[in-house]
Parts: sequence; structure tokens; C-alpha cells
Amino acid sequence: MMRSMVIVSRLAWRNLWRNHRRTMIMLTAVSIGVWAMIFMTALMRGMVNEMIRDTVRNLPGHVQIHHSEYRDDPSVVNSIPQPTGELLAALESPEVVAWASRVRVPAVISSERESRSVTLLGIDPARESTISFVADDIAEGRFLDDGADNGVIIGRKLADTLDTELGKRVVIMSQDPDNEIADRGFRVVGVFDAKTQQLEESFIFTGIKTSQKLLKIGDRVHEVAIIGPDFRNVAPMYKNIAAATGPGFSVLPWNELDSYIGTMLGVMDGFVLVWIVVVFLALSFGLVNTLVMAVFERVREIGLMLALGMKPIMILGQIIVESLLLLLIGLAIGNALAWLSVVPLQGGIDVSIVAEGMEMFGASAVLYPELLIADVIMANVIVILLGFVASLSPAWRASRYQPIEAITKV
Amino acid sequence: MNIALHLAWRNLWRHPRRTWLTIGAMVFSNIILVFMLSLQFGMYAMMIDNTLAVFTGHMQVQVPGYKDDMKMRQSIPDAAALGATLRESLAIDTIAVRASTFALASSEERSFGIQIIGVQPEQESGVSTLPGLLREGSYLADPNASEVVIGSVLARNMRVSVGDELTLLGNGRDGSFAAAVVNVVGIIDSGMPDLDRSIAQMPLAVFQDVFFMGNHANEIVIKTADLSLVAETKQKVEGLLPANADLVVHDWDALQPGLKQAIQADLASAWFMYGVLIILVAFSVLNTMLMSVLERTREFGIVMALGLKPGRLGRLIMLETTLMGGMGLALGVLFGGGLVLVLGVNGFSYPGMEEMAEQFNMPSRIYPHLQLIPLLLGPGIVFISSLLASIWPAARLHLLQPVQAMRAA
Repeated sequence: MMRSMVIVSRLAWRNLWRNHRRTMIMLTAVSIGVWAMIFMTALMRGMVNEMIRDTVRNLPGHVQIHHSEYRDDPSVVNSIPQPTGELLAALESPEVVAWASRVRVPAVISSERESRSVTLLGIDPARESTISFVADDIAEGRFLDDGADNGVIIGRKLADTLDTELGKRVVIMSQDPDNEIADRGFRVVGVFDAKTQQLEESFIFTGIKTSQKLLKIGDRVHEVAIIGPDFRNVAPMYKNIAAATGPGFSVLPWNELDSYIGTMLGVMDGFVLVWIVVVFLALSFGLVNTLVMAVFERVREIGLMLALGMKPIMILGQIIVESLLLLLIGLAIGNALAWLSVVPLQGGIDVSIVAEGMEMFGASAVLYPELLIADVIMANVIVILLGFVASLSPAWRASRYQPIEAITKV
Repeated sequence: MNIALHLAWRNLWRHPRRTWLTIGAMVFSNIILVFMLSLQFGMYAMMIDNTLAVFTGHMQVQVPGYKDDMKMRQSIPDAAALGATLRESLAIDTIAVRASTFALASSEERSFGIQIIGVQPEQESGVSTLPGLLREGSYLADPNASEVVIGSVLARNMRVSVGDELTLLGNGRDGSFAAAVVNVVGIIDSGMPDLDRSIAQMPLAVFQDVFFMGNHANEIVIKTADLSLVAETKQKVEGLLPANADLVVHDWDALQPGLKQAIQADLASAWFMYGVLIILVAFSVLNTMLMSVLERTREFGIVMALGLKPGRLGRLIMLETTLMGGMGLALGVLFGGGLVLVLGVNGFSYPGMEEMAEQFNMPSRIYPHLQLIPLLLGPGIVFISSLLASIWPAARLHLLQPVQAMRAA
């Protein structure tokens, strides 16, 4: 058995190089196909993962707790108490990397010249800096010192439209739970840059205690954002936190908070599979063709081997091994090419010419290709498996020849 | 029948399996290309139409800078009159004037910061689909009534319904304090949560009064009969603007820069994939034609010895490829077009499409239409690249030495 395997493999290998031009053409095609499968997948993965990372960092966190009415009606009255007891214990457990509670209400910000509607976030700076983008992206001025800080941080775009700047005063208007207008003047102490203009326009930040005093809500908050170790696997952490919160709360993971981004992850998995299979199918016509030709030119030789007593199964094996060898070499080259082309691009591919278009997709202007081991393995396994299936028919036909007919074939 | 054509056709069927496999590769790629391109072209047209129809229109006259900053005082003087002039001179009815600002709106229970837009009630429905998407009450009718229509999510959040009052607090054009009480007369339900959360419209004349705008407004929206008329109309509008006024005309591409770029980004990544498919087909053709030339080396040697020029043989090879490519093209267009027709009736959707479609303001099931360009573009490129791929096997014939060729094994 071992010996016949060795013979079959050696025959297959030598046969592969009898028509080296044909083999080289097919090899090039397989290599390009495999490269394209993996490279394109890496680009798409990079784009979607970056989208998710940005989204998660742009405030939602991995899991959020709200008042059960808040998502539908983001009003000051739909507040929740600061986490205590069981919930606090769940938040302090090791599977939570960081968490922060926030006051979050709609508000109007006015300078002497202009007004804009925004979302006012009252934050605890020490906690917030570990989970969202603001602290890292302060371009001018400073971040908030503590929860009682009564300065306000606004986005660059908002500062421009309001005609205001660092050190100037703005008025923030919102409402308290009794529907009285709550307003006061704030000094702009920081200006942040964000990846999208929409973020720079929509959010302003002040100290959590300052905002609670302004809104007369005691120490209640509107949102608790929680970060776990990995956005791909938030389910266990989500379950624990959901179990620790009482009725009247809504606890949601990021993929439900932002259903567009959540769906994108699933759509991308489907896309990767479809793409790999389509490329393989395009390749398979050439592969089968090559095998059909290889069998055709060797009909007499195959007949002779059969006549001399070689078992048909060995002929079948020989053709299949020949096909698999071809695919394996193509896979090796294709994988190497994909790796070589992704590595120099790790720093990111600048697509800022279409930045606003990418923003519509929810993606940023720099693409970071990500080579996932799982995707590479999937591509290789699919090529080998389908390649085996595709070579069955020509190999089967070769093993079914009648020796006499085959030998005498012109 | 021409002898070259005859020969080429017969040569093609010496190996029917090989020929069919090569044609199969072409047909497979062509079906994918026809299907995908029809889908994409259909989606792009829908994306543009749907996005612009809601509110933006095809072009807007504005003060330079307003597009980016949207400051109330970047305003067009005597805007309603200019709007009327444009309507008359261009003979286009779908022109409307708007003004906009941000203010705090308070109901009895709730206060929200919102963007308020002053519109000409009788003109607005010509440039925007929103007036037609009323769920309750009616759209603004009296241009001088203190009335407002708001989005359905906003109405729910503010706890107001038709007949209730809203108090608006904001700044006037001169920076002074502005306040007004308006009646909610209608509630708009566009189905797009972001829009329904933010939309609030009141009559332009009242808006100008409340926010001390005088006869100023911020934008004149123009909708043409068709997207293809935009460039021409834009030029006319530019000619009609008062010479001394500091005004610009922005077309939809400038107003919604993300739209065209999203399409470009999508097309770029799609063409990378199509390119790979086309290259793989070309390799398949190259392989087939090279094999076909190599196995005929002796035959070619004989006919060359009999006096046939290598150029003529080269043309024969190209003709064989043309025949094969032509069949791939015809079958690909046939099956691809058929698929598009079937989906045009039954619609097409994939898991997750609903969420993606919402992002671009589109229906969650799409019905592609058969159009000439997406139908022929992909298969055409496959056909041409097949011809290019067979240049090498055809050119090899020039190197053939008849005597050696006849002796070839």
C-alpha cells in the first residue's frame, strides 16, 4: 500500500511536468486566484473590523445599560441610578475591562452667533478616558479634570460653526425632569478631533457632577458603557450583566445597539465564503480542462498500464494526486503572495479621496488589511476540497478505459 | 462559407469537452458580471434618487460657505423673489426657498434641541417627498400661520400630537433672543428614524418673522425633471443670478459629497473582484489555445511547408478564439440577462440587506432592471481579454520552422 502510494505520487509529479507550459499557466492562474481570495478578504475584514472598533470607541462600548425607555425616548427623565450592589459587583468582575456611567441628554448649545442641537454627555473623566475616544483626541486645550469640572469640550467642526474657540463662553440649554429649562454658561476648555464630522458636530462633554447639578437629577445617570476584552465575544459578559440588572433596565450588546454595524459583521462572513467559492469556480473550469487534456494525451499510456495489470484505482489516484499537487503548489505561492502583499500595507491604505463616501458606509478613510488565520485556512481548505471534487470526473473517466481500446486509440 | 471560418469552426470541435469547458468559464464569469453590474447600477441610481428626493433636491443656490457651516446669517437677500424669478425664467415649477436654524423646542413635558426649517408650503412638495409622508394631520397650508409639522419620532419623544403647542427658543439672525409658540398641525413619518427624529418645518414667512430674517432665506432648492439635466440647468441658474450678489449654485454632488464617493468606493472594490475573474478566464483561454496550437504543431508544419504564411495561421487561431469568445458572450448575456429578468420580477435580497439598505435610504428588496451597459460591459471585457490572451499562442506560429515542426513528436 505504502509502495503504491509512493509510485502513484512519483508518477503524478513527473506527469505534471511533462507539459510544463500548461502546468505553469494553470499554476499562475491558481496562484492569482488564491492571492485574490486572501488579499480581498483581508481588505474587507480590515475595513469591517476598523468600523466596529471605531463604533465601539465612539461611545457605545461593548455593552450598554439604559433605562428601558431611554433608547426610544432619550429624555432626562429616563434615568437610572448609579450602579450599586449586585450590578456594581458584576461591573467590577474581572471579565469587565472598563466601565463608565454617563449623563446623556439632548441639548442646545449657543455661542453669541449661532445655536446647534447636540447631545450633552456628563462624564467621569478618569473612567471615560479608558473607554472612548475623547481623551485621546483632544486637539486643543485640555481634557476634563474630574467629574465636577465645569468646563465643556466640543468638537472641532462644532467650534467652527459656532464661531467659538478655546476659552470662550457658550450657553447650554436643556430641561430638568420637571420640564423647566435648565441652562448655564460654560467655558470651552477643550476641542476634540474625531474621525468623522458627524461626531465632531453631535457630542459635547462636561463633568458628570456639573451636568447632574444643571439637570437637577441628583446622582442619577442615563447610560453605563462597558468594555470587555474582545468585541467578537461579548455574550458571556453581556449575560452576567443582564442577570445582575433588575427590571426596568435595558442591557444591550453593541451589535444590537448599532444594528447596521452588527449586521455588517455577519454579511462579511457570508461575503468571504461566497467570494472564495466564486474564485474557485472560475478556476475550476481551467483545472478540469487541464486534467481532461492530460488524460487525453495519455490515453494509450493509460491503456498500456491497465493492460499490464495496474489497478484502475491507481490510475484514478494518480490523476487526483496530480491535480492536488498542482493546487498545493498554487496554494503555497498564492498564500505567500497574499502575505507579501498584506505585510507592506499594514500601515494602512489611504483612501481619503473617497473619505466622505466611506463615512456613509460607516468606515474610515484608511484601510488596514487584516489577515485572519481562520480566513486563510478556510480559503485553503475550500480550494483543496473543491479541487478534489472537481478532479473526480476526469480521473474517473481515465480509470474506466478499456485497455484494448485505449492502446489502439490513435 | 469562408474557408478560414470553416476551418476554425471545425478545429474548435476537435475537442468538444475542452471547448465547452473554456466557454463555460466565460459564461460563468459573464453571468456573475451581468448580474452584479445590473444590481450595482440599479442600486446606485436608486441611492442617488432616493437620497436627493427626500430633501436635498438636485441643486441649491446658497451663499458661499453655507453648505459647510449652515449659519443662519449666511443668507440670501430677497430670496422668495429670486426663487420666483428662477421659476419663471427656467420654466421649472419645482423650485422652493428654505431657511433654517437650530432652536430649543419645548412641549409641556419635554425639550429638545432641533433644526427648524422654514419652507414655502405651496412649493415644498415639488422638491421634497416629506410633505407627502404625513401620518397624521395635514401639511402646512397657510403661509402666514404659526404652524409646524414634525417627524414622528420627535413627536413621540416630545409627547405631542396634532393640535398641541410647541415653544421655540433660539437666536435671531442678529444674535438676539427669539421665541415663538407654534401649533403642531401634522406629523411626518418617513420611515427613516434619523430623519423622523429631527425634522421640523414651519412656513417661511413666519420663520422669517420669528428669527428676524427679514426677506432673507438660506437656500433655494431646485429639482430638475431628470438627473441628466442637472449640469445644463446649473449653468442657466448661474447666468440668472443677480450679478452683484455673492451667491453660488451647488449641484447634488457638492451637497452630498458622500454619495458619489460611496459609489466610487463600492465600484473600485467591485472592479478589483471582477478583474480577478476576468484574468482567470483569460488564463483559461490562454491554456486552451496554447494546447490547441501545440498539439497541431505537425499539421501546421505541413501546411506551412505547402506555402501557407504564419500570419494566416495566426489569424486562424484568433478566429477560433473569436468564435469561442462569441459563444461565451452570447450565452453569458443570454443567461445573465435572463437571471436579471427573473430577479427583476421576484426581487433580490440577502441576509443583512435590510440594515445595509437603511443606511442608504433604500428598500430592503431590490428589483434589478435590464440595462444595456451592465448587460454588455462585463461580457465585452471578457471577450476582449480572451482575444488578448490568445495573442501569445498565435504569435508563436511565426517562430515555427516547417521542417522541425513536421518532425515534432
